[in-house]
Amino acid sequence: MAELINRVAARGDASAFRELFQTFAPRVKSYMMRQGADPTAAEELAQETLLMVWRKAQLYSSEKGSASTWIFTIARNLRIDRLRREVPWQELPEGRDEEASDDLAPDDAVVERERQKRVQAVLAQLPSDQADVVNLSYLEGLSHSEIADRLKVPLGTVKSRMRLAYQKIRESVEDLK
Amino acid sequence: MKITHHPDDSTLMFYAAGNLAEPLSAVVCAHLAMCPRCVREVRAMERVGVVLLDRLGPAALSRPVPQMALRAMEAEVAATRGKPDLEGDIPVPLRHLLGARIDDVCWKRLGIGIWNVALTTQTGRGDLRLLRVGPGRAMPEHGHGGTELTLILRGSYRDEFGTYEPGDLADLDDEFEHRPIAHPELGCICVIASERPARFKNFIARLIQPLTGF
Repeated sequence: MAELINRVAARGDASAFRELFQTFAPRVKSYMMRQGADPTAAEELAQETLLMVWRKAQLYSSEKGSASTWIFTIARNLRIDRLRREVPWQELPEGRDEEASDDLAPDDAVVERERQKRVQAVLAQLPSDQADVVNLSYLEGLSHSEIADRLKVPLGTVKSRMRLAYQKIRESVEDLK
Repeated sequence: MKITHHPDDSTLMFYAAGNLAEPLSAVVCAHLAMCPRCVREVRAMERVGVVLLDRLGPAALSRPVPQMALRAMEAEVAATRGKPDLEGDIPVPLRHLLGARIDDVCWKRLGIGIWNVALTTQTGRGDLRLLRVGPGRAMPEHGHGGTELTLILRGSYRDEFGTYEPGDLADLDDEFEHRPIAHPELGCICVIASERPARFKNFIARLIQPLTGF
């Protein structure tokens, strides 16, 4: 997938974009529906997400490795903007990349694929109480207070489950940094 | 800038998932503009979203790749990236609300040695404001209503958890009580976000209370 995005980024390759669209638009639609959009709105948001991938691919073509997070972050920001009607507060502040780039490990596509495989393995093995918190926030769009209400546990418990889940994820990819 | 206090991992996870209340997100975003370490953490956390998105069953599209999309692509002109405006000491993400320089901020006096500027968010939920506390001033003890994030922009403050300097972020919820004291010479200028407005207003009220005699 990263390769398709790179083709879109490097050459404005329309056939790569078409393939990307066919792969991701149905998933993004499904993501938007999980977040409470009706099917028509979800499909429009999915189209818009992919269109922005096209634009961002041009903008961020110099950035290595982060291609695979584009689609998620763009979909997420659109959701905050359109479904929650809030300012996303997520766009990379201009200048942040330059500042951070010295410390970033060079992410080539292979390492990134390996990282995602490991994250996937950790997520699959999380105890169900931690997996619930991760899914409710990333997929259902609930805030920490809403998750506390839904699961009928104190806020501190929600936070510590989230913290524990991330610790495992961080450990799993530590040697790839 | 050496930053020693960062948001809690859970705060960053909710931010990466896109579900942190708007005022809290604003403060985290401003912290990220100052903290490469947290930028890396958030990027790692976004990977969770990528993996989960990948696992979602696809929902059938009612139309194939829309012609509209392809036309828009053809018309697309590569956007040019603006030069970051590095002048100024307000974090870039907050500049559309506050301008670029702390010295140009138009303060509203809350009491002796305490000023603030209330910032409006899109939804109006929660509370976001810039607070300026004079040198050596102690803030009254207060409980936190839900999560409260404080990002230091100038000067510093000290409490039971340590010293907070520019770039540092205090991530506290209602389990904690603290008594911050502003730097004896520099005072402290910070951005404070709270997910709940009512308690925060009480906190402001309590700041004013001894001074106005209400």
